[in-house]
Amino acid sequence: AALKDGLRSQVSAALKEGRVTPTELCQRCLALIKSTKFLNAYITVAEETALKQAEESEERYKRGQPLGILDGIPIAVKDNFNTAGIETTCASNMLKGYISPYNATVVQKLLDHGAVLLGKTNLDEFAMGSGSTDGVFGPVRNPWSYSKQYKEKSVPRSHSADAESKWVITGGSSGGSAAAVSSFTCFAALGSDTGGSTRNPAAHCGVVGLKPTYGLISRHGLIPLVNSMDVPGILTRCVDDAAVLLGSLAGHDPKDSTTIQDDFKPFELPSLTDVSKLSIGIPKEYHAPGLSSEILALWSKAADLFKNAGAKVVEVSLPHTPYSIVCYHVLCTAEVASNMARFDGLEYGHRSAMKDSTESMYAATRREGFNDVVRGRILSGNYFLLKQNYEKYFVKAQKVRRLIANDFVKVFRSGVDVLLTPTTLSDAAPYMEFIQEDNRTRSAQDDILTQAANMAGLPAINVPTALSERGLPVGLQFIGRSFQEKQLLTVAKWFEKQVQFPVIQLEEVKKHDNGAFQHQKSASFS
Amino acid sequence: QKVSVEVLDHLEHLALVDFRDSEGVERLQKAIEFADQLHEVNTDGVEPMDSVLEDRCLYLREDDVTEGNCTKELLENAREKVEEYFVAPPGNIPLPKLEE
Repeated sequence: AALKDGLRSQVSAALKEGRVTPTELCQRCLALIKSTKFLNAYITVAEETALKQAEESEERYKRGQPLGILDGIPIAVKDNFNTAGIETTCASNMLKGYISPYNATVVQKLLDHGAVLLGKTNLDEFAMGSGSTDGVFGPVRNPWSYSKQYKEKSVPRSHSADAESKWVITGGSSGGSAAAVSSFTCFAALGSDTGGSTRNPAAHCGVVGLKPTYGLISRHGLIPLVNSMDVPGILTRCVDDAAVLLGSLAGHDPKDSTTIQDDFKPFELPSLTDVSKLSIGIPKEYHAPGLSSEILALWSKAADLFKNAGAKVVEVSLPHTPYSIVCYHVLCTAEVASNMARFDGLEYGHRSAMKDSTESMYAATRREGFNDVVRGRILSGNYFLLKQNYEKYFVKAQKVRRLIANDFVKVFRSGVDVLLTPTTLSDAAPYMEFIQEDNRTRSAQDDILTQAANMAGLPAINVPTALSERGLPVGLQFIGRSFQEKQLLTVAKWFEKQVQFPVIQLEEVKKHDNGAFQHQKSASFS
Repeated sequence: QKVSVEVLDHLEHLALVDFRDSEGVERLQKAIEFADQLHEVNTDGVEPMDSVLEDRCLYLREDDVTEGNCTKELLENAREKVEEYFVAPPGNIPLPKLEE
């Protein structure tokens, strides 16, 4: 089967009919991972266990008893999810060598559905960042840097080293997962989303990135950043696949008391033909400073697309949007200060050789284990939580959070079904340019369009829309009502079908793909 | 308004993470300036929001033991242990003060 296929329609059918076996699929993905190693998307490749899982899946298919659509499907998981028996590092020295004793609930669920876990993907250290450039294993390279589409648009130069220096970032912090899905080394990947960490790299890598409603998917086993905003994120090549993944992951988990207890029913997405009953909101504050004219034009075109198809398109206002980044800055650093306190070298992770006293051992361990970004956030967070600052900063930020969440409530109450916004301010920046500014500045800039959805706990999805003038992906974001993922994804799927985002043309993939399927014009298969 | 040395020292003790150099201190200063923008927002009469799920009752399970007995697995990741104990260096020794 072609590595580019959608799960539900193509690959699953191929597996069921025996046109391809799970082990073949697994081996091809593993081979592609090896040949795309320069992307640095994977921190750990679990080759042996993956092949074993594939063999077990094959047995099930032979007996005619597959566990479902995901049986035998190769997937990747961001390295901040605990995976039993497999190293989980969070791209930090603090957890180098840490072998998880348990599976995160979402990982367990995927394995229970027969998915094949290929490996752990690269990220910014402890998911702090918007470029996937600040982990100890180095930055992740956007596969589109090596695409025919990007190379064609680059100014040709005689110096061969230029190709090396022109590669662009994936965005972050789930850059490894986005790159893995984008380069066809897996069919879906797990990311995490606290301020946009799934949607941002999805936009830059041209894949679908879904941030579910807070409370829908279990965070048990996801190494926490901000307990009140973190969610596991889903990265796939088409919206239908995201719905499949969501179906297998959502639902109450007794091990995570912040998951809601309502029954969750997995759904198949209808193919909308009539959008006349839909009301799309265009929040004017998302025309943020720094938004590229290209993306602005694309956003406008998308709004027209809905209008011309008969939907009601209205401008709305979310007045506190400009403050979401500042609010996030305070709440995030405060929760980080608390969450990072568990890393003291005693029970797991890195431990310093210092043994003069418990406190000096803790301090040395944390100095050695954390990078500047993490340490900076811990210190800032502690500052905002000091008795003299608590009301002024932390409680104040919590009040502003309510105002931000209320903005959304008001808009949805006025009859809007789904909001349409850009996902990022521009297409992916070259790495050399991106690292000119520090992590906090970058995060503040890049999270501006995605952060508010985390603040309000709302579901949001990036849908790859078009290529920029530089030949790089640009995506648009849909934000939906709480727990209305079906409506959100239905609209996203309709939009995906209209835009027909092009398939990435990568040399490495051509070599490994014995394309048995003819219909590969677009990344979306309905 | 610069953060005083006393506060910097206090933060290092609370966080058990050091500023390392003047750059670290600068970073904190900038973070505070950035956060000060919050005060532009009028929040009179607004209640702080702890969680977006505040309208629901979170799940509380029965106080029954359902898992455990995993001492071996848990000790595996610790660097220094003796029998079933994690070993820590001597406690109750305060950290030295921050030199400016």
